[in-house]
Amino acid sequence: MTALLSVDKLGKEFGGVHAVEDLSFQVEKGRIHSIIGPNGAGKTTLFNLITGLYQPSSGSVHLNGRSLAGHQPHELAPLGMCRTFQNLQICQNMTALENVMLGRHRHLKQGTFTSLFKLPALRRADQRCREECAELMEFVGCGQYIKHHASAMPYGALKRLEIARALAASPDILLLDEPAAGLNRTETDALRDVIRRIADKGITVVLVEHDMKLVMSISDQVLVLCYGRKLAEGTPEEIRANPDVIDAYLGNRHSREEATA
Amino acid sequence: MSEAIPQSPSRVRATAKWPGLTVLAVILLVLPFLAGNDYHYDLMIKIALTAGVAVGLNLLVGYAGQISLGHAAFYAAGAYGSALLVQQFELTPVPAMVLAAVGVAVLAWLVGKPILHLKGHYLSMATLGLGVIAAIVINNEDQLTGGPDGLPVAPLSLFGHELSVFGSYDLFGVAITGTQVWYGIAAGFLFLSVLFALNLIDSPLGRALRALHGSEIAAQVAGVDTGKFKLRVFVISAVYASLAGSLYGYYGGFITPNIASFTHSIELITIVVLGGMASTYGVILGTVILLLIPQFLTGFQELEMVLFGAILMVVMIFMPRGLVPTLARRFQKEAS
Repeated sequence: MTALLSVDKLGKEFGGVHAVEDLSFQVEKGRIHSIIGPNGAGKTTLFNLITGLYQPSSGSVHLNGRSLAGHQPHELAPLGMCRTFQNLQICQNMTALENVMLGRHRHLKQGTFTSLFKLPALRRADQRCREECAELMEFVGCGQYIKHHASAMPYGALKRLEIARALAASPDILLLDEPAAGLNRTETDALRDVIRRIADKGITVVLVEHDMKLVMSISDQVLVLCYGRKLAEGTPEEIRANPDVIDAYLGNRHSREEATA
Repeated sequence: MSEAIPQSPSRVRATAKWPGLTVLAVILLVLPFLAGNDYHYDLMIKIALTAGVAVGLNLLVGYAGQISLGHAAFYAAGAYGSALLVQQFELTPVPAMVLAAVGVAVLAWLVGKPILHLKGHYLSMATLGLGVIAAIVINNEDQLTGGPDGLPVAPLSLFGHELSVFGSYDLFGVAITGTQVWYGIAAGFLFLSVLFALNLIDSPLGRALRALHGSEIAAQVAGVDTGKFKLRVFVISAVYASLAGSLYGYYGGFITPNIASFTHSIELITIVVLGGMASTYGVILGTVILLLIPQFLTGFQELEMVLFGAILMVVMIFMPRGLVPTLARRFQKEAS
């Protein structure tokens, strides 16, 4: 049991509001770890803290035993961490395939002179990258858009494209921020399949998601956040049976009884 | 992702750059046959050199989404730098041009380094300042630069021959004029500018740059150090300007502080915006249009600045992508 990602007493304040407070948890290697919670529970803030878009007010995050404190967002891909975004971050000025190839950035040479002269080594590496990224698009199920411009793709396909781009970086750990938001049932089922296959490759997945059916069916571990604090943590079965979780989602037992009375 | 990937299906080939480059080469080769007199040549040389600068500036503005309001400073630094290196240190023109470009690269790096990791339009402000300072320095340091009176520039020498626009030369038995040789140099410069720009855009470096414009966050998460990449493209575009400036000086034989003026910087930006941001061939067309317009407006020279302003506004309002990308999109729509 080795913890790949470990979050320790993490806190983030926005002008007196505690978006995340005293939060500790560990993600084990090769697992699918889901983070759920009502709206405003601090899930996306937590993601932004882990990926360096925000700096924590207190506490620490360790990846593979290395502290991520003070790291810039661009320094995380080389450490093996990649993420997708709840509100898409797609480069609309590029083709779908180029978006995925961007993910491979850190594996490619980009010297100024090599690029200006487009030396054969660079051309070959780029062509190999192109092919690998086309395969990744097939893998996540948007292979039919390989030749398309990103601006011409539908929402559901863009969500998959983001996953392909994150995978292109060959991460050890992949953070998915609400990948199923805005998808219909069929698309969500296909997404579940994709996430499973990603985990089968040995990539650790951290999933923030509102779709309970998806979360409960694929997660190894579920962490429930409420008002920035850990409410419960355990297997999907344990979470489903946890009275605190039911309260948080459906309201307090007493008020529920009053309402039904 | 191992090496054991089957050979590429043809659908994932890189976009070919040669068709466009061939068309450009053919146009550049045919133009001399349409040129009637030296005045036409003069215009074409100036257009080609300016287009080279615009292609470089487009890398910064159109692809990396950063605005420079002081590229005339780099152009002037190239022109004055190489002229002075020849005059004061007796360097031959070509090494002087290279040395000036290195100097400009260092200057651009020093200016860009502290600002390019900041978000927002700080680069515009800094380059605006740089442009103003450059113009003041050139005007006031008249001991060295000749001040407002201008500076005579030694002609370019190639293979031991001094190249004068008034001379006549022998190229493999064909008699050609100095102006025609200069057209060849300027056309070659433009062609190489385009070739290098296209190479750059389609490389991993270029992808990272375009991603900066598309989604800076996505680029960062993919591992792109955005500040560093903006700085690199800023330096590259400054070097483009410097080289064109040096050539312009050698060609004209005389340079004035006008080339460092704010008007010139605005002219360059207008060209990029008009021709089409992120369209290498578009900015060439933009240069052609913007440099031909004054030819029809002789006598109204003071209206030039007003005209640039008007063009910028009209383009921004009616076709924010610029001329060529807008038209290309319209044709594509009609075709499908």
